[in-house]
Amino acid sequence: MEEVSTAPANATPSMAVARAKRPNLFARLRRSKVAVAGFIALLILVIMAVAAPIISPYEPNAVAPKDALQAPSGSHLFGTDQYGRDVFSRVVYGTRLSLMVGFISVTIAVVIGTLMGLIAGYYGRWTDTIIMRFVDIMLAFPGILLALALVSILGPSLPNLMIAVGISSVPAYARIVRSSVLSARENVYVDAARVVGATDGVIMRRHVLPNVVAPVIVLATLGTASAILWAASLSFLGLGSQPPTPEWGRMLSEGRNYLREQWWIATFPGVAIMVTVLAMNLLGDGLRDTLDPRQQIRT
Amino acid sequence: MGRFLIQRLLSTIPVVLGVSIAVFAMLHLVPGDPIQMMLGEFQTSPEQVEKLKAQLYLDRPLPEQYLRFVTNAAQGDLGYSIRSKRPVMDEIRDNLPSTLVLTLAGLAIAVVIGMTLGIVAAVKQNTWADLAAMIMAMLGVSMPSFWLGLLLIFGFSLKFNWFPATGGGDFKHLVLPAVTLGLGASAIIARLTRSTMLEVLRQEYITTARAKGLRNSVVIIRHALRNAMIPTITILGLQFGQLLAGTVVIETVFGRPGIGRLIVAAILEKDFPLVQGIVLFIALAYVLINLFVDVLYAVLDPRIRLG
Repeated sequence: MEEVSTAPANATPSMAVARAKRPNLFARLRRSKVAVAGFIALLILVIMAVAAPIISPYEPNAVAPKDALQAPSGSHLFGTDQYGRDVFSRVVYGTRLSLMVGFISVTIAVVIGTLMGLIAGYYGRWTDTIIMRFVDIMLAFPGILLALALVSILGPSLPNLMIAVGISSVPAYARIVRSSVLSARENVYVDAARVVGATDGVIMRRHVLPNVVAPVIVLATLGTASAILWAASLSFLGLGSQPPTPEWGRMLSEGRNYLREQWWIATFPGVAIMVTVLAMNLLGDGLRDTLDPRQQIRT
Repeated sequence: MGRFLIQRLLSTIPVVLGVSIAVFAMLHLVPGDPIQMMLGEFQTSPEQVEKLKAQLYLDRPLPEQYLRFVTNAAQGDLGYSIRSKRPVMDEIRDNLPSTLVLTLAGLAIAVVIGMTLGIVAAVKQNTWADLAAMIMAMLGVSMPSFWLGLLLIFGFSLKFNWFPATGGGDFKHLVLPAVTLGLGASAIIARLTRSTMLEVLRQEYITTARAKGLRNSVVIIRHALRNAMIPTITILGLQFGQLLAGTVVIETVFGRPGIGRLIVAAILEKDFPLVQGIVLFIALAYVLINLFVDVLYAVLDPRIRLG
């Protein structure tokens, strides 16, 4: 009771706990070799995305017909495509797009999903029923189908792609947040907070939400990997980014007609997608083992 | 058992209704005028616009539109494709067998490869075999299916000429698409099998079985695997849905006819009735398959229907 009623007494021990935990988390994460590998790969990708104009030797969309379809060489590290564009520069610029698409779609999913799960789990009863029925309906559209349906409504473009992928990922977050809230709600300190007159908003923000953070971080990291994969798939199908955007899925789709002779056009964007998704998955796995051991069984 | 069945059936009804409302709403959620969007660049007379409006019941009040949509759909009438002018149901019927064959073949490959990898990894935990299996599984979940498909085409069609690169029809056309589809899902099954297998191997009845002097292979296959398979069976319904949706990409990569390729073409051509029909069809099929798997699961495992 004292802890809740007097602010300084409440702040000091919890801050001390937070300080004691933090180095521990990083130390544990560092022990996982795969997580470190994923983190370093991701760091390199982020640097590539930020420094794209410095790293790329050419403009990603600069057309040079006389240089078309050149094999990888000193002047064109990854060769050139059918329009003479430098594949290396396009792959580097593509990092920006893929990371952006991944992060923005996951942000959309996290915000909407967390809100839905928090409200459903906290208020329970009919609020819970309505929200979770809605989630069930979303889950009735398997895999990429919901994103496909949303793209068909909104029209194919990069921003619409992010909205579509983001919304289709909402159910996973809503569910995991709801179940964390349901168990957090049972804690004595939630009752204590209610007894001393804390409002629902305060209880949710201060006492329930912190319990939800760990599973959401894990899911969001793994979710970024699948968001990037989905976005690339939709772009590959022509339902995402439009030409001449240097988007990896799109580049692969354009390069597939040249597979026999000019393998490099499709190969390098493919490797780029895989490395990026792999990095996010490795980091996500490491985070899961460290932050949320309960989830280890699930895959 | 009866109570479980009824409860499970009842819980499906709101989902089916919700799916029908969501698919119906698709047309009305299109920004701007849906008729304009569908006809797009085509030169159309006002009569044509009116005709299409009437055909889609867009001139009626919203509740009536929905009722017509649902009653027609329940009778297998999903309207007409705007581009081919054929009934949507005929389009689906023509393309479904090829997609189903691909999905089932993919699922079979996923289960065989996934469970084998998972068992080997669990039995040989912390050895190079475990590491190799889990690296393969990690690569499998991170590999875009369209890229894997292109790599297989490059290797097995263009270089060695063992299998045709594109098209549908006979068994030879099925191999590469099914492998592409199955490998991605096998990674998920491998990881699941490994973790449940590890848990089962720690159980006392396994120790007992070993203490009785049974051969290792008997212990693993007859005592451990049987119990470790349960989570894999439960996700089969989900995996089937994932694979069914995954054919969208695979069929496009391999130029294989099927409903996946049909829906991509329909979206690009803004053929909305066809898109709605396919989305509704896949979602309902998915819901029913999961219902079936759940019931089957309850039949197999008494703890579920009693708990």
